[in-house]
Amino acid sequence: MAGAKEIRTKIASIKSTQKITGAMEMVAASKMRRAQDRMNASRPYAEKMLQVIRHLAKASPEYRHSFMAQSREIKRVGYIVVSSDRGLCGGLNSNLFRRLVVEIREKQNEGIETRFCTIGSKALGFFRRFGGKVEAQVTQLGDKPHIEDLIGTVRVMLNLFEQGEIDAVYIAYNEFVNTMTQRPTIRQLVPLKADDEMRPSGPVWDYIYEPDARLVLDNLLLRYIESLVYQAVVENGACEQAARMVAMKAASDNAGNLIDELQLVYNKARQAAITQEISEIVSGAAAV
Amino acid sequence: MAMTVHVDIVSAEGAIHSGLATMVYAPGEMGELGIAARHSPLITRLRPGDVRVENDHGEMEHFYVSGGMLEVQPDVVTVLADTAVRAENIDEAKALEAKRRAEDALAGQTAEFEYAKAQAELAEAIAQLRAIEKLRKMKGR
Repeated sequence: MAGAKEIRTKIASIKSTQKITGAMEMVAASKMRRAQDRMNASRPYAEKMLQVIRHLAKASPEYRHSFMAQSREIKRVGYIVVSSDRGLCGGLNSNLFRRLVVEIREKQNEGIETRFCTIGSKALGFFRRFGGKVEAQVTQLGDKPHIEDLIGTVRVMLNLFEQGEIDAVYIAYNEFVNTMTQRPTIRQLVPLKADDEMRPSGPVWDYIYEPDARLVLDNLLLRYIESLVYQAVVENGACEQAARMVAMKAASDNAGNLIDELQLVYNKARQAAITQEISEIVSGAAAV
Repeated sequence: MAMTVHVDIVSAEGAIHSGLATMVYAPGEMGELGIAARHSPLITRLRPGDVRVENDHGEMEHFYVSGGMLEVQPDVVTVLADTAVRAENIDEAKALEAKRRAEDALAGQTAEFEYAKAQAELAEAIAQLRAIEKLRKMKGR
């Protein structure tokens, strides 16, 4: 049978693909662990900051920063969309975009305009196809994102908010639940949702401010929002590696199955060729 | 035993230091600060510089911060350190840069869009050819 050689080359090529996916799985697993560490490392900063902001909100209710005001009517909203730079990570990005599209349609039905900032090249590519007003973007953050690279993008959105161009800022990213599960999430960044602990209650004490409360609060809020964005980026990075690990594991398993099946087909083809050859010789001998 | 205060130095990218100290020195915006235990609550911005922590063994530890915030409570001192050099004009320049990148990326749209369009047309042509081939086979039979 003619197929034997072709089947053999096919098996060889699948084997080399399997090696590649196997290697990618291991790389993703080790990167995931590091990404998770980074995710946990950034938490104390944001938590500490939230504590201070809560306290400030409680202690000086006379000054309300625009990020904390709740009164504006919402006509236009901005989204900061966090995605990965690379593909081959299962449905991670497409799940997020699908969730986002549902949200955008809802907003459009309510007559709310949308603007976007993208982080990661997949999100940028998506908005190119989908259409949408992209105000700023940053790509190629690598495995170790730095807050420095995000300042510009966040700033564009916050500037739009302060100028009244948009009335709320959301962030869309994947939440890391565990290795198998990543949940597309959309959270409101600005205006900050006031929680119960921000309302004045109990004995009130105040800080000594240097130089004054307003400047300190401005600074804190800006950094707090940046750190939230940074956290989302780091968390999305951990999700990316986890999703890639799972996707590559599935790919390696599939390659294994395919090889097993092809091996059976190959054996049959080989056996058929031998049988044919023998019968040819025997019938040839009988004819003589 | 001297009175101690808990010191945390954290940045957005990770915790830098955590421990007890008898005295903390930091470059506040209005001047150098020295903070001992039971200092009254204070909050200030930091200038880039050296944060020195004198721990309970009397040793001095140095940490460089490129700015940030300092929060003081009677029993806790927290340094929220920046990881980048920050200034209003630098931030603004970064914002402009991010905007320009978006514009560039969207301007490059046409080339890629045409590629996608060509691909779609090609797929359609292939489908047509296949249909024609099928028809021929049916006729030939």
